Amino acid sequence: MIRVLVLWLALAGAAFAVEPDEILDDPVLEERARELSKGLRCLVCRNESIDESNAELARDLRLLVRERLVEGDTDDEVIAYLVGRFGEYVLLTPRATGANLVLWVAAPVLFLIGLGVAFGYVRGRRDDAAPGDLSDDEKSRLAELTRE
Amino acid sequence: MIVELGHFALLLALLVAALQMVVPFWGAQRDWASWMAVGPPAAMVQAILLTFSFGALTYAFVTSDFSVRLVALNSHTLKPMLYKVTGVWGNHEGSMLLWCLILALFGALVALFGGNLPDRLKARVLAVQASVGVAFLCFLIFTSNPFLRLVSPPMNGQDLNPLLQDPGLAFHPPFLYIGYVGLSMSFSFAVAALIEGRVDAAWGRWVRPWTLLAWLNLTVGIALGSWWAYYELGWGGFWFWDPVENASFMPWLIAAALLHSAIVVEKREALKSWTILLAILAFGFSLIGAFIVRSGVLTSVHAFANDPERGVYLLGITVVFMGGALTLYAVRASEMQAKGVFSSVSRESALVLNNVLLAVATFVVFIGTIWPLVAEMAFDRKVSVGPPFFDAAFTPFMILLAVLLPVGSVLPWKRAKLGRSLRPLWIALLLAFAAAALVWVFQTGRTLLAPAGALLGAWLVMGTLADLWVRTGRGALRGKVSRALRLPRADWGRMVAHAGFGVTIFGIAALLAWEIEDVRTAQIGDTYRVGSYDVTLEDVRDVEGPNYLSTMAVIRLARNGREVAVLTPESRFYPVAGMPTTEAAIDNGVFRDLYVVIGDEQGDGSWAVRAFVKPYANWIWAGAIIMSLGGILSLTDRRYRVAAGARKDAVAVPAE
Repeated sequence: MIRVLVLWLALAGAAFAVEPDEILDDPVLEERARELSKGLRCLVCRNESIDESNAELARDLRLLVRERLVEGDTDDEVIAYLVGRFGEYVLLTPRATGANLVLWVAAPVLFLIGLGVAFGYVRGRRDDAAPGDLSDDEKSRLAELTRE
Repeated sequence: MIVELGHFALLLALLVAALQMVVPFWGAQRDWASWMAVGPPAAMVQAILLTFSFGALTYAFVTSDFSVRLVALNSHTLKPMLYKVTGVWGNHEGSMLLWCLILALFGALVALFGGNLPDRLKARVLAVQASVGVAFLCFLIFTSNPFLRLVSPPMNGQDLNPLLQDPGLAFHPPFLYIGYVGLSMSFSFAVAALIEGRVDAAWGRWVRPWTLLAWLNLTVGIALGSWWAYYELGWGGFWFWDPVENASFMPWLIAAALLHSAIVVEKREALKSWTILLAILAFGFSLIGAFIVRSGVLTSVHAFANDPERGVYLLGITVVFMGGALTLYAVRASEMQAKGVFSSVSRESALVLNNVLLAVATFVVFIGTIWPLVAEMAFDRKVSVGPPFFDAAFTPFMILLAVLLPVGSVLPWKRAKLGRSLRPLWIALLLAFAAAALVWVFQTGRTLLAPAGALLGAWLVMGTLADLWVRTGRGALRGKVSRALRLPRADWGRMVAHAGFGVTIFGIAALLAWEIEDVRTAQIGDTYRVGSYDVTLEDVRDVEGPNYLSTMAVIRLARNGREVAVLTPESRFYPVAGMPTTEAAIDNGVFRDLYVVIGDEQGDGSWAVRAFVKPYANWIWAGAIIMSLGGILSLTDRRYRVAAGARKDAVAVPAE
């Protein structure tokens, strides 16, 4: 585990992600750039966004994003531009299209199935004991009291 | 010489493990007591041999014996002693030896403390455990032997990766491995029970402490790893949804589910076959984790130095053990007759719901982790699945879990009246909303994240108090207090662990919502404001460490004119490994961390400085530590201690 982690970090180097000279003067644009960066993959890194990565390429991409924003692109246009250039691999949030739909709906579907199965199971285990029965907690309390 | 003895002990351990796999198993099939009796001593011998073997490798590292290939590759004479020792497991081969050692130690623990286990079950458990041992020992010896010598030893070693020369990461792997490997014990119990064809309350009681031990070590291991990432990476992230992290998170989630379902088996003799399945899958995820981490199959773009041969072998181990166990499960599971009956509103049902949520959450992590691989192989589509996906897909299940948890924990077993059971929770809910409202009023930001986190966190902690209130019965406060003190430790464990979960949730939400980040260039002597703190770059100087060179900044932090801390972030260079590292400096606090990083010198003589205010960051790991403390409390519960020495007691005090 460590080896992989370390190799990944070794690539990162010592400098840190967003350098002061990259930051845009317009705080609104900068904020948008940061948000966009968090969803874009540094293509040469392991699962790192360009916002976190120290790699050269991540810096280039960050500058590219800012360039597009300054030129007046909307967020969607920036993303479309990057996907056009680098493929959807650049997106850290996989698009919910085609086969990727499986990824997105798998968990909710499994959850519903799980709920259904659990519900069936719990119903099947219903007891018909009289409501006056002592619960287990009460029984253990009783046992505790009588022991004293 | 010692190294050769260690190597020999390793080979001998494989033979003993093979013996331990075959003889007790056959004895159990044929009901031959003498054959079954081979199990415990074999387990002890195997553990002793591997301990010796591990000791020999440690000796080679400590004495810097560079004729051993592994030592030459991963150590250096100048390295501090602590990291010479931890360097033993800071590499693939050594860590696999540690893995095998822990596997054998668990077997030995069963041999030592399994006095009250029926002989046949014990024989089978040890045999299954040994079969896992044989697989991993073969893997170790034939693909990653740590004892190989070099024909011409170098004068000095290539040094352990500088990032690993850190206390947080030095002790992260042993905890994780105890967790991963501990789950093999639950697996062995599950497979033995399937062969036996019988699962009863006693089985639930036997399997739970092992799972608990594994789970609490995983908790500590994951927390250490996350904490390390926080202070070492230089920007204070604490979780990345990286495949490697997910590999440890999946067994943790499944083990948490298993912990809860094993209680139902123990107390109510229901959920048996499901619990068996969880026990198998929990170890399955440990194996998948080992495969993911060591094969490099998911590292995509960069082909790291992972050996495909190892990957294939590990995949083989995973397929054989999971395939075998699941086939056995398919054949035998229907024989597990559930006894306990319960109504739809009961603690049993709540625990079923807990299991559904945890299992689905595990599945989310699993599918997100392997999806890039599936998409590329099956659909020829190169996609990334990153944090935004996991945040969106995983979080809802955790929120649901947190919402339902306090309700479930106050419900009585078997049959509950919702209205009456929930009565003590109304106050908890009210207080939780009050806490959320307070946060909402005081926060300057605009997000709902922090109030929601406060609501959930407070709800969990208050719910725990309500739980305590219910458990101590009615009557005067003094009676309640004395009853609280006499509650079983398992109850305390449960409450502590659940409260810890609340603390972690609040910590994560507060950090994400309120973090302040500032990146800029500063001249020496500059003062600027970050949040409510005045940051001054006082000095930057060069410092020489034992095996590194460092550029150290002195940064003073003040609030309202009063000095809060003077921090010295560094950027280091390790010449032997040829690698730079960033050493962030952190002023830890209960309510906030101040986190500063020094970057490169700019052209005009100024320095890049990164400063963060990270509110409640430590609550994330504090919560994890509280959770594992809960695990320890539960592990020391009387029923396990008594069960462990049951035979002796029976002889000594026949009247009871």
